[in-house]
Amino acid sequence: MLTFKADQPVAGNALLRAIQEQSGARVQDCYQCGKCTAGCPVSSFMDLMPRQVMRAVQLGQADLALHSSTIWLCASCETCSARCPMEIDVAGVMDALRHLALARGIQPAEKNVVLAHRVFLESIKRLGRVYEVGVVAGLNLGTLHPFANVVDVGLPMFLRGKLNIIPERATRGEVKRIFVNVKGT
Amino acid sequence: MARIGVFVCRCGSNIGATVDVKKVVEALGQTPDVVFATDYMFMCSEPGQTLIQDAIRDHNLDRVVVAACSPTMHFRTFSSAIQRAGLNPYMLEMANIREQCSWVHPDKAVGTPKATDIVRMAAAKTRWFEPLYPREIGVTRRALVIGGGVAGIQAALDIANAGVPVVLVERSPSIGGRMAQLDKTFPTLDCSGCILTPRMTEVSQHPNITLRTWSEVATVRGFVGNFEVDILQKPRYIDESKCTGCGECLTRCPWKGFPLEFDEGLGTRSAVYRPFPQAVPNKPVIDPETCMALKSIAEDADRLPDPLTGAAPKRKPKCGLCQKTCPREAVDFFQQPKIMTEKFGAVVLANGFRLFDPTVYGEYGYGRYPDVITSIQMERLMNAAGPTGGEIRRPSDGKHPRSVVFLACVGSRDEHVGRPYCSKICCMYTAKHAIMLKEHDPHVQTYVFYMDVRAGGKGYDEFVRRAQEEYGACYIRGRVSKIYPDGDHLVVMGEDTLMGMPVQVEADMVVLATGVQPQADAGDMARKLGISYDGYGFINESHPKLNPVESNTAGIFVAGMTIGPKDIPESVSQASAAAAKVLGLLSQPTMLGEAMISAVSQARCTGCFTCEQVCAYNAVERVTLRDGRQVAQINEGLCKGCGVCATACPGKVINLRGFSDQALLAQMNALFTLPEVVAVD
Amino acid sequence: MYTYSYFPGCSLHGTAKEYDHSLRLVAGKLGVELQELEDWSCCGATAAHSTDELLALALPARNLRLAAMTGRPLLAPCVMCFNRMRVTQHQLENPARRQAVEAILAEAAGRPVGEPATAPSQPPVEVLGLLQAFGNDEMLAAIEAAVTRPLKGLKAVCYYGCLSVRPPEIVHPDSLENPQVMDRLIAKLGAEVLDWPFKTECCGGSLALARIDIVLALGRRLLSMARSVGADCVVTACPMCHSNLDTRQKQINAKFGESFKLPIYYVTELMGLAFGYSASDLWLNKHLTA
Repeated sequence: MLTFKADQPVAGNALLRAIQEQSGARVQDCYQCGKCTAGCPVSSFMDLMPRQVMRAVQLGQADLALHSSTIWLCASCETCSARCPMEIDVAGVMDALRHLALARGIQPAEKNVVLAHRVFLESIKRLGRVYEVGVVAGLNLGTLHPFANVVDVGLPMFLRGKLNIIPERATRGEVKRIFVNVKGT
Repeated sequence: MARIGVFVCRCGSNIGATVDVKKVVEALGQTPDVVFATDYMFMCSEPGQTLIQDAIRDHNLDRVVVAACSPTMHFRTFSSAIQRAGLNPYMLEMANIREQCSWVHPDKAVGTPKATDIVRMAAAKTRWFEPLYPREIGVTRRALVIGGGVAGIQAALDIANAGVPVVLVERSPSIGGRMAQLDKTFPTLDCSGCILTPRMTEVSQHPNITLRTWSEVATVRGFVGNFEVDILQKPRYIDESKCTGCGECLTRCPWKGFPLEFDEGLGTRSAVYRPFPQAVPNKPVIDPETCMALKSIAEDADRLPDPLTGAAPKRKPKCGLCQKTCPREAVDFFQQPKIMTEKFGAVVLANGFRLFDPTVYGEYGYGRYPDVITSIQMERLMNAAGPTGGEIRRPSDGKHPRSVVFLACVGSRDEHVGRPYCSKICCMYTAKHAIMLKEHDPHVQTYVFYMDVRAGGKGYDEFVRRAQEEYGACYIRGRVSKIYPDGDHLVVMGEDTLMGMPVQVEADMVVLATGVQPQADAGDMARKLGISYDGYGFINESHPKLNPVESNTAGIFVAGMTIGPKDIPESVSQASAAAAKVLGLLSQPTMLGEAMISAVSQARCTGCFTCEQVCAYNAVERVTLRDGRQVAQINEGLCKGCGVCATACPGKVINLRGFSDQALLAQMNALFTLPEVVAVD
Repeated sequence: MYTYSYFPGCSLHGTAKEYDHSLRLVAGKLGVELQELEDWSCCGATAAHSTDELLALALPARNLRLAAMTGRPLLAPCVMCFNRMRVTQHQLENPARRQAVEAILAEAAGRPVGEPATAPSQPPVEVLGLLQAFGNDEMLAAIEAAVTRPLKGLKAVCYYGCLSVRPPEIVHPDSLENPQVMDRLIAKLGAEVLDWPFKTECCGGSLALARIDIVLALGRRLLSMARSVGADCVVTACPMCHSNLDTRQKQINAKFGESFKLPIYYVTELMGLAFGYSASDLWLNKHLTA
């Protein structure tokens, strides 16, 4: 149940302000028409509809929004933002919620998605570029499916020479330092 | 010596809360020439006015300052009050200490000295007042109605029935407007044509109405009571006095297949056409873009004359079948446009609206997929006189649709396309379509994607409920994101926000409930009339609550959709209201003009006519005096008293009555010679 | 004709190397010179912007700086890289963000902090994607002229995906919902370009890593529509879309009991074929779906 206390105005609540500042989106303008959800390619896989996440932000319900699978299944296709009649950057709101969830250390509803991002970024940090084989291997290990995609996708790709076994390296650690600096800010 | 009375209003707490009214009265009481000063709670009320009138008599006041709200609110009120007490109505100055003081400064310590200054300045100004007497202006007892839709028709009939001659100008070939395109009207499901055409016929046969269709208003000159209007009558190429409307020409014309505007792109017409069978007047029109005869004449006109003989090329038009067929010889390919200049005392603007073009929504596929149509196109399909004879058929293959999806709010409530407003009628007409579709075919399933259902009129909500309860319309709350074709049908992607789930609906046809917007040339028309309009092109009413059918320009009234979205009952009501206002205006043979206008001291005028150049109202006339000098003269009917001429005149020979140079200088002096100058933050 | 700084991005050096290869071949034929950006690094793609705003700006900004120093426009054929570069440029118009990012980059590169990334007189780098670089009238004319073997009889649908058109205020597509630039280009190659309603529908992108079920479902929907309008193949400019539709087609068939046999071509591969290169020249055998 949603409860609203007399001394806690819901207009301009902390979550709303934080998301607006981060993404520039005027979430309070949302009139819940549902066009974002209707055009979202992955909405049928989500627990909360994108529209409901917007509602949660309007009502200051951080738990609902940040624990949803919605924010992690969002593919950033930007269809929602492009078609929103109130010109709200819904995809930007999803980004901001993702950042907030990670900053608060919330257990993501889609562990594997976050794991994939981490493995991907780890590759960039170490090598300056993505080592695709390493990313897939890292993900497979992390999800305890060591042989996922190996036979039906990995092997054919390898046979056609699409997989670099030896990773490319670039920038001599400069990218690693970028990661460190970002963490430090 | 002037005898000034000062009356300071508290206006409840509007002034009293942030201005110490008693202090203002005290300060004014010590001002020279102020023989009486007092305050009251509501000066505009009856006891307040009586207070002023009593003071005028008791203290022999010859001029009055009322310190209160803006003069646009109550100048007239106090003016007539002092007139009833025997003073000239212009011996009054209102000092605005509400909008310009008490409502702006929440701190009494700031508001009170400022209010005192304002009232002192007003008092100083009144010392220079003189009685003013407005002129009587003649009134032309004729009315012009622009626009032949239901609002224009109603206004014209109401005015004509009162015995006042009316000219009704309509730019399409027939009157009837949008309502003539409709099949049925909500919530009664009356046949639209059946209730409208009797009125249309009444207009055409009314002895007091001159109907000018296929005509436009070209220019408007003049002022209230005395308008002069040029009406351009476009050539029909058919002599209306001879044509009986038999329709023979229509059957013979071989040039067919052109889009019929009345059918919104779904039907066709020939080069000579009538927009619909019940057109009034029932006389066809020939389209010069598509008529072979007219095109050949136009081409010939471009040809140079014969170099040897100098003769113009022989212009025997091609085709001409309609002319040969016409039993009354009414076809005239050489008919010329005519401009008729007529005089009117009042104008009613009822030029209606157009619908939003949904092509801009690429995601809906209008214009790309033939089975995505607009609501007005649906009306034409439903109409028995329409392009499919009243059968609901898909534009793509002519089949009857089994599943029809409606989208509400297309081009309304949408910031992204610059139309944030609600178009008011779409929820109702969509429910009507859902009901009518089921009436046409009991096997049809309708879906309506809506955001909110707006059904505020009498019987309206019940009507929408009926669509769902009796006619099985499935209402899904949510906006549609995309429509796409899949094989034989369309797929509509939306969300059922009440279920919180995305939905996909297979549709044979999709109807977009497009919003309303002003005519494309609404701004041009408004500028011709000198009236103001908003950012969308809707005409601004004088006051949205209390003066809903008057424009900001005296003598120009407005009615119908041109002001803003509304349904037929509201359009008809506004039309009758505008007619009543017109009849009021035209009920007397003369009217009083404005008294606070400019006047030229012709003895000192050098005839430079700078005033003429700066006057926005074309109110300066050139006259020749007996000694041969040409000097300026202000037309007292056109002058609005803006004062630009008075400031521009290099010789300072123009005086704006009520705002003379001496009065304004005295007003400034009163501020700057005060011992303390108030600093406002 | 044109010289670009070239940003291949990680995919074009990896699993999408046939895109890089075919691009180089056709660029050569059209007089377009590509100079690979020296020491470029990953743009961060989805992973960066989904997890850290500053990182998502810093990674592309590093490359933008390198590109600015070359003084040439930057061509990024991978639509994700193209998108990230442009979004970063847009975001860095905010002075506070720009300052923060430049400080991070300067420190990481061992430059004194405060040195501007580009000289004040230099305009920002012009970033182009494949369709921007090859879709203008001048290039279309050159492409038409370079065709020696028109692709007669080939029925293609053009799959733009998300990032070729969205966000519209960053990418400035010719049309948000019904773009034509790729269609026009492919038509110039002599192929029959079919209209279809899924030009800009999402393939699922990088969800392929963690939620392959979603990507397979979306892929099936796309291939199904392509087949239903009568296409022989699907053309794309995005390595992610290509991967999701090509390398996963067999999995799609298996999971849904379908029998799709729709080759997925990069724009540059079809161009190469039309310019006279053979399938083996173009490394078309690298596709999983023949």
